[in-house]
Amino acid sequence: MRHLQRLLPLLLLLSLVAGCAAPVAAPAAPAGGEAAAPAVGDMPYAGTTLRLVGANHPWQEAITPLLADFEAATGIKVNFEAYGEDQLNQKLTTEFTAGGSDIDVFMQRPLQEARVMLMNGWYEDLTDCVADPDFDFADFAEGAVGTTTVNGVLTGVPIVTEQEVLYYRKDLLEAAGIAVPTTLDELKAAAEALTDKENEMYGFVARGQRSPLVTQFSSFLYSSGGDWFDAERQATINTPEALAAIDLYGTLLREYGPPGVLNMSWPQAVAIFAQGNAALYTDASSIYANMLDPEKSTVADKTGVAKFPAGPAGSIMYNVTSWGLAMPSSSQNKEAACEFIKWATSKAIVTKTQGEGTVPGARKSVWADPAGTASFPADWVEAVAASADGRGYDRPLVTAVTEARDIIGGAVVTSIEGGDFTTAANDANAQFQALLDGEQ
Amino acid sequence: MITRFIDRHQRWLFPAPAVIFIVLMMIFPLGYTLWNSFSGWSLTAGRPNTLIGPQNYVELLQDARFWNAVLNTFYFTALAMTVELILGVSIALLLDAKDYPGKRIVTSLLLLPMMATPVAVAMVWLLMFEPTAGVINFVLDELGLPEPLWIAGTNSVIPSLALVDIWEWTPLITLIVLAGLTGLPSEPFEAARVDGASYWQTLRRVTLPMLLPTISVAGLLRFIDCIKTFDIIYAMTGGGPGFSSETLNIYTYTQAFYYFNFGYASALLVIFFTIVTGVSLLVTYSRRRLEV
Repeated sequence: MRHLQRLLPLLLLLSLVAGCAAPVAAPAAPAGGEAAAPAVGDMPYAGTTLRLVGANHPWQEAITPLLADFEAATGIKVNFEAYGEDQLNQKLTTEFTAGGSDIDVFMQRPLQEARVMLMNGWYEDLTDCVADPDFDFADFAEGAVGTTTVNGVLTGVPIVTEQEVLYYRKDLLEAAGIAVPTTLDELKAAAEALTDKENEMYGFVARGQRSPLVTQFSSFLYSSGGDWFDAERQATINTPEALAAIDLYGTLLREYGPPGVLNMSWPQAVAIFAQGNAALYTDASSIYANMLDPEKSTVADKTGVAKFPAGPAGSIMYNVTSWGLAMPSSSQNKEAACEFIKWATSKAIVTKTQGEGTVPGARKSVWADPAGTASFPADWVEAVAASADGRGYDRPLVTAVTEARDIIGGAVVTSIEGGDFTTAANDANAQFQALLDGEQ
Repeated sequence: MITRFIDRHQRWLFPAPAVIFIVLMMIFPLGYTLWNSFSGWSLTAGRPNTLIGPQNYVELLQDARFWNAVLNTFYFTALAMTVELILGVSIALLLDAKDYPGKRIVTSLLLLPMMATPVAVAMVWLLMFEPTAGVINFVLDELGLPEPLWIAGTNSVIPSLALVDIWEWTPLITLIVLAGLTGLPSEPFEAARVDGASYWQTLRRVTLPMLLPTISVAGLLRFIDCIKTFDIIYAMTGGGPGFSSETLNIYTYTQAFYYFNFGYASALLVIFFTIVTGVSLLVTYSRRRLEV
């Protein structure tokens, strides 16, 4: 509200000037000429057009039909441009590097790009924007906000959260008389028991593509007692714990996974599972609809969701903000952009996007509200709630994160192929250490 | 006054638009890339594009991924080009051997693969190559033949990608060679026939030597295209599995647009450009010698 007050005199002045040119300016107010004066008070940014650049994502699908309400309430028009994830990142980087971008709001992947974008000064710190008491920023889960806060700068407001969970085929486990795996050892045993390659039935499926696999490998690494690097920024990709995790992930996919797993990211892995060719699958909680929606999956009624199985160090999965809503420092409409961000992440809207649109958000009050979880499967809600204490990162927290993923993913790929993963992990560790040293 | 100026400087003024265009669109980007290749410009390391000397090149020479990419690039190019040349020339000779009804239709049909968008072609092959659900392995399975992993296998990925390139671009060689065959004078063939040369002798001693300049042009075109193949590899494997199909172009793209190391990527580009120019000059030079 503060900047609103600051802007008010300016806007009044503007409306006076506009008044002089009445015949031309009048149609700008949506309600017509007579309502022009009160509109300035209620809709200080009426007539502004915001350029929102985002990803093809369920959140985008959930928010798009609601944009008309925002325009009606504020007079701000929002143009939503949606791209594929990789294209989005390139689009943003190209526009911001070139300068003179007219993007006002964008969807960010905080763990993937917040550090590099912050370093290049592309973020507007949203701390002031969310300070509005009506907005109740304290309602956001601490872990989720922690993900989008880098070096004390709030780079974005969390809109989508996710955790790694275990998807399993209830019918297959039951028929084999196996309980839902709660440890990684049980997971391996179950995968082995349920594999029948002759009949194209695979005990386990997960991502095998070099870079995409890293995030889903992370929970295997954490639960085995490993991490990417230690407190002294020493790479720990080749510790005994990490080697055990690399071996396990590789063995599961090599011995019990489908052919061609090395080319699989989540869409391909989901396809295998949804066609009924895999029994167990570990991936992000946010993609559950692909397996549990009868329109997309032939095994919708037979699929269960469980907490990530425990390793020697316990059950340590990631629990992260996968998407946030951010504002570039170059925006020419910062106040209006802030209004939009606050609206899109308000309790009322999150209740809609999460409750009806089934996009898991970050507001605690919405999770506590039965309306906020009603449309999710009960076991999914349980698994997600059990993952609340998971780690706030699913990939190493470094600036050159894509490069780090390729380095680490390369070692895991060697393990999946059945190669000498110890040497690969040693090489990867050395390269990753060089990357860490370069960033200090 | 102006007319006199124009008259006097005609030979500069008329080509000026073309020269300006080439300078802006070719020379400047090339020079800028060269300059960048000596800079440390990187968004992830937070370095601006200031000169740092030949450090990028030194690092490149020690970069295992770079050498892997060089190897993959030449493996793919050699495989695709050789098969395309042999197949393309053979098909052209077959088509040219005899007049038959519908010859024109066959030639037009040959054009079809080339008209398809490479990315669309890649998507279709991606589906066909799919090891479990793809049509290729389905047919192989029905026939009781072994089912390779195609683009999902570390060893089979480059031959599989080359297969797609061969499918799409062999017709180009065929068409160029067909055009070359039509342009050949008939006297040497008549002389050969009078001398009692067999088909194979005519082919080896008359047709192919006379066709060589045409074949070398077709080969050069395919070489340049193969070595810089990007679309089908990017769309089908993105350089995977692991790094087994990462070519120079894919690696450069990754360095530039995923890692944002613009300086390093520029150095890669300069090396890449040198290789392509070098080979092109070599072929052009040897072609000139062939023609003499």
